[in-house]
Amino acid sequence: MSEGFQRRRGGGAVATFTGFEADLLRSLASQLVELLRNEVAAPSAGEDPLEQLLDFTGPTTEPDDPVLARLFPTAYPHDEEAAGEFRRFTEGGLRDAKARGAVRIIDTLEEAGLPSELGEDGVVVDVELDSGDAVTWMKSFTDIRLALATRLGVEEGDEDYWLALPDEDPRAHVYDIYQWVGYLQETLVEALSR
Amino acid sequence: MRGVSAPSPVELEQPETDDLTLLDKPWVTIVWNDPVNLMSYVTYVFQNYFGYPKKKAEKLMLEVHNDGKSVVANGSREEMERDVQAMHEYGLWATMEKQD
Repeated sequence: MSEGFQRRRGGGAVATFTGFEADLLRSLASQLVELLRNEVAAPSAGEDPLEQLLDFTGPTTEPDDPVLARLFPTAYPHDEEAAGEFRRFTEGGLRDAKARGAVRIIDTLEEAGLPSELGEDGVVVDVELDSGDAVTWMKSFTDIRLALATRLGVEEGDEDYWLALPDEDPRAHVYDIYQWVGYLQETLVEALSR
Repeated sequence: MRGVSAPSPVELEQPETDDLTLLDKPWVTIVWNDPVNLMSYVTYVFQNYFGYPKKKAEKLMLEVHNDGKSVVANGSREEMERDVQAMHEYGLWATMEKQD
């Protein structure tokens, strides 16, 4: 079991993962990439057909998927028009940045020795992140945790509910993973904090 | 529709009062509490993105945690849009509005 991240000499952070843990992180990051890239951020249909054809800038309405709605919140809660404009100019770029961050996790794990198919036991993945990559990982852990928590329906102060679930409930397993990524993130923040 | 041959007066757009930010900083960025983000992470973001000292970052984080939200920055509309976008990049739930 990984002890999480530790401060790296010269900035950044280091961590050691078992093959199973690294494979799990890769799987979570891949799912995030898939969600960000597959659910198309299409511009909302306007009235004018010419305007529709020329409008390839970005979406103006909140995504249907609750995870995406949480990752890209409405900036102006009391002004629909301003909120739409803000979304049009920011959501595409934010999606790309978040997808790139998750891809960076996958690449780093594979560069550090995680095989594309985890077959044999005894794989150890030593990850060394410079300051830039460490921040990228930290942000991406946030996105992964927001995604897991939104799917589960995690609310403030409901830890007891989740911990009391029977082992055979699949949500108990997902909650464990959510907690584990939270632990990793906590150690990563600690490693980077001044 | 106006006749094409008629010289149409150039319409000067009235500057919106929102943009008159010479004297004040009428817009605010608000970060809202969520059950997911770690207290240490939120503090980290306030320190590193806004450049706030640790004490101030912790105070704002605790406001978010205890009161459900906190005004973390104020400025022009453009500045606040940049800040809100950055908060979304960090995964914080941020909105903006005009100050009363």
